[in-house]
Amino acid sequence: MATETKQNAAASSAAQKIDYLPLIAGWLVPGGGHFLLRKWGRGALLAASIVGMFACGLAMQGKLYSGVQDVLDILGLAGDLGNGLLFVVARVAGLGADQVMVTTADYGTKFIGVAGLLNIIAAVDAHRLRNGRKPL
Amino acid sequence: MHPSHFAAVLLFALFASTVFGITQRDTPARMFRYGVYCFLLFVGSAIVLSWLMFLIAR
Repeated sequence: MATETKQNAAASSAAQKIDYLPLIAGWLVPGGGHFLLRKWGRGALLAASIVGMFACGLAMQGKLYSGVQDVLDILGLAGDLGNGLLFVVARVAGLGADQVMVTTADYGTKFIGVAGLLNIIAAVDAHRLRNGRKPL
Repeated sequence: MHPSHFAAVLLFALFASTVFGITQRDTPARMFRYGVYCFLLFVGSAIVLSWLMFLIAR
């Protein structure tokens, strides 16, 4: 009886971990959560939109936040971190401006931050598909 | 890359409305309709607000 209860608890814990896999994959790789759920078309469109927006932001010399100097920077950094591995790769490659020098760089900074927020929306959508709150 | 303000609005609206359409609706037809609706609202509100600011600044 006790062994059966332990086995059920272990199975439930494993199922919970799998439940969060699309959420984490979707955050790390844009569209990754939908790809895991075999939603190829939706995943490809989401990936193209989010990566496209991030790339446009970088091409406009948008700023990538690396630290926090004032309170408003926290919001910018939170948006940038939403891009998952895109943000890490861009930081490692030294892409993005350190300071906003021209008008289009200000647009670019917003593009990068909003791409991160859109990526979080897409990851949450993959999670909702996984746990059945949204029909597949 | 130095797009004009309006080109930046169009790019922003295209990317954001694609994600909104896919994530906020259930069926492909409704996703497409909602995406187009969001795109038009983004671009339309940008044009209306631009004219308002232009008229206020005169």
